[in-house]
Amino acid sequence: MSEIPVLQEPSQAVADRKPAPRRAAGIAHAGFLRALWAIVWKDLAAEMRSRELLSAMLVFALLVIIIFNFALELDARTRYSVTSGVLWVTFAFAGTLGLNRSMSMEKDRGCLDGLLLAPVDRSAIYFGKSVGNLIFMLVVEAIVLPVYSVLYNVNLFNPGLILVILLGSIGYVAVGTLLSSMAVQTRTRDILLPILLFPVIIPALIAAVKASAGFLQGIPMDEITPWLNLLIVYDIVFTAVSFMVFDYIVEE
Amino acid sequence: MEPKPRLLTILDFFTIFILLAATWMVFFYAPVEAVMGLVQKVFYFHVAAGWVGMLGFLVAAVTGGIYLVRSNRKWDIVSLASVEIGMVFAFINVVTGSIWARPIWNTWWTWDPRLTTATIMLLIYAAYLMLRSGIEDPDRRARFGAVYAIVGFLSVPLTFFSARLFRTIHPVVIGTNQPGAEGAFDMTADMRLVFFFSLFTFTIIFIDLLWHRIRLGRLQDKVEQLKLTYNA
Repeated sequence: MSEIPVLQEPSQAVADRKPAPRRAAGIAHAGFLRALWAIVWKDLAAEMRSRELLSAMLVFALLVIIIFNFALELDARTRYSVTSGVLWVTFAFAGTLGLNRSMSMEKDRGCLDGLLLAPVDRSAIYFGKSVGNLIFMLVVEAIVLPVYSVLYNVNLFNPGLILVILLGSIGYVAVGTLLSSMAVQTRTRDILLPILLFPVIIPALIAAVKASAGFLQGIPMDEITPWLNLLIVYDIVFTAVSFMVFDYIVEE
Repeated sequence: MEPKPRLLTILDFFTIFILLAATWMVFFYAPVEAVMGLVQKVFYFHVAAGWVGMLGFLVAAVTGGIYLVRSNRKWDIVSLASVEIGMVFAFINVVTGSIWARPIWNTWWTWDPRLTTATIMLLIYAAYLMLRSGIEDPDRRARFGAVYAIVGFLSVPLTFFSARLFRTIHPVVIGTNQPGAEGAFDMTADMRLVFFFSLFTFTIIFIDLLWHRIRLGRLQDKVEQLKLTYNA
């Protein structure tokens, strides 16, 4: 429907695309990275100007933490055992907000069609959007962590915890980017993403909560390693699968 | 409408017959378990239903993958059919498990890895059906359904593994049993016969239902096509 008027132009783009495989592999590789970076840069630039996504995620994350304070009565004794759980629930909820927004932004004004017409590999679009979403999530987490530390007087500056947050966010964003690009193309778009995402993300969340709690409570490393391994396996499996099936999600 | 194949009619009667036979075997042929008593009889259909549930979801993921490669509508019909049948049996599995757990574990529900995984699996496929119902375009619905069937199915073993890192009390009746499982027992030769017969019976039920559901799916497809041509 909306893509018909745009269809005339890319004939040139298709013509440009042809010789690409014949070029040296190194140049094609550089082209892929350049396309990926262009998409990330576009998302960051749009966010720098509007600041609507990050600010919404941040305010929402802080509200969730405040609600938890009253819902769980986070007194000094319980704080240590539930901190990792509270953090991950906050990240997961704020994350769906960001994922939904980042994808519906593309869909609403036909930007996704424009992206798809670009003479780049489709997987560059997937990885570009994923990296953009990952940056937004990490920014939110980087602000939430010190705020949480101050509000609850818990020291969260722990390199192990940061590693877990990085691994957990990668897995979350890998699946989330794929599923949110499905969700925005349905009738029930906004309510559908968490329903699709949460049951699939549960193994990563369980592992992330347990590993974070392990680092925060100073549990010996050999009890944390299985959880870290599980997170790494999750990240690899779901990045690979999403990369393989993303083409089918965006094709018309 | 194509007439009902003769083979399907035969399969229908065969399914009814062996289901009755399996029920008879469970109640009258298999010996009563020494410790748990009559409630142990739930085990035969409990495991068989769980097996059919997993089989349905496996078939859905595999046929979903084939659909993505071939884009032939018939694979999507098979995929959706297996998800629906798998969900019913997975639900039967959870309910019969609860009936057994009440006297044996003294609770209807516990956050054991298998129970957790079974529930999350049901939620994944409930999400699958909601995803499909939110899309009008049949091709897109099929593609998204296939992708979600694959992604969802892949996450099930990981969910199970992550939940298993917690302590488990669910008995492993087949294979070696871990210490700490509550309600474990060793099957006698008679029990094993009934058990495998139930597995066989439920597999036949699955095939029979799948066949019916695929025929229904084809009709649904035809109706949808007709609506699209006449409304356009």
